[in-house]
Formats: sequence, structure tokens, C-alpha cells
Amino acid sequence: MIRAYDDIIVKTIARILTPFIQIFALYVIMHGHHSPGGGFQGGVILGASLILLFITHGLKETKKRITEKGIAVLSSLGVLIYSGIGLLCIILLGNYLDYGKLSKLLHIVPAEARSLGILGIEIGVGITVMAVMVSIFLNISTGGTLLEDEEDNTR
Amino acid sequence: MILLFDFAILIFVLICAVAAITVKDLLSSVIILGAYSFLLCLLWAEMGAVDVAFTEASVGAGIGTILLIVAVSKTTRRSKD
Repeated sequence: MIRAYDDIIVKTIARILTPFIQIFALYVIMHGHHSPGGGFQGGVILGASLILLFITHGLKETKKRITEKGIAVLSSLGVLIYSGIGLLCIILLGNYLDYGKLSKLLHIVPAEARSLGILGIEIGVGITVMAVMVSIFLNISTGGTLLEDEEDNTR
Repeated sequence: MILLFDFAILIFVLICAVAAITVKDLLSSVIILGAYSFLLCLLWAEMGAVDVAFTEASVGAGIGTILLIVAVSKTTRRSKD
């Protein structure tokens, strides 16, 4: 169990730094298809920003904002976005992840639809990677027991 | 000049790799492994593989170090062998 680190400098710096790390992660995700970076790297950075909060502010205080149920929902939501876009392309009479077919639905030229389709995939990958990274961290740091179980025991 | 830079980083990478497996204190070993990851990231970026360098920096030096530190904090800090 990770407790809150009792130092105002560390806590304040972490709190101020977190939004900037998250903005950078969103930049990496949004520019994934025409510069280095992408869904995986951006998701890892986004997960690292949340883990920074967990380390500095303690497990008990941070889980009021970021619940384990929410993380499980997010990790499934990313896969749903990925496979949803892929299956949408099959419904529009194309191959799996054939983004060009999305142009009929969005009323834009196929090249633009491909760019937007890849962006959607990157967002899905980023959400899943972020949630899974935080989930791995929580599972290691709590030793596999759920946070809700630990509250009942009041150790 | 750039070849010299390559070799300098490579020597540092080798030093870090050997140090990480010989140090008895596991927490120091994890920190040295983070430095190894960062130097490898520098090497990738210098050789032109920016995407690989990005992954190395975020996964190797970021998440990997955090997860190993958490694992050390849940187990013992001293190595038995």
C-alpha cells in the first residue's frame, strides 16, 4: 500500500506538472500519424502522469478521482473504439480497418477519411494503454487485492 | 565525429548494463537500468530511429522503472545471490 508522501514541495510540483504531461501526451496521440509518436507512446505518457499522482498523493486519496471500475471501463472502451471503427468499415462494404470507406459516412474525400480513421484508432489505443498501465501499477502495488477489499479489512 | 559520439554512448550503455547486473542493491540496479534505457534512447535518436527512441524513453525509462521500483518496494531490497 502506497501512502501519501508527506512533503509539500513534492506534492505541489507533481500537482502542477501533471496537466502539462497530459497535454504533451495528447499532443503525441493527435500527431501520431504524421510525426514520431502515436497511440502507444501517448498512452504510456498519459498513464505515467496518473501514476505520478498515485505515487505522490497516496493510493487512498487518488482513488477517489480514479476508481478501479473506471479504469476497467476505460480499458474496454479503447478496444471498443478500435474494433468499432474496424467493423464500421466492414458494414460500409470494405475490408477490416479500410478507412477509405468512411468517406461515405462523413461526407469527405477518402484521403481525409483515412487520416481521421487512423486518428480514431490512435485514440482507442491510447485510452486502452493508459488504463492498462495504471491497472498493472495498481495490481503490483496492492499485491493483487482489490482496493475495496482492503477498505473492509481496515488494515 | 558522429561515429565517436556513437562509440562514447555505446561504452556508457555497456557500463550501465554490466553495473545493473552486478550491483547487490536492487533499487540501485533499477535506477541504473533506467539510465541504461535513457542512453539507449539517445543512441536510437542519434541513429535516426526517432520513433523507436520515443518508445524506449516512455516505456523503458518511464513505466518500466516505475513498475520495477514498485516491485522492489513490495519485496526485499537486498539481493540474496
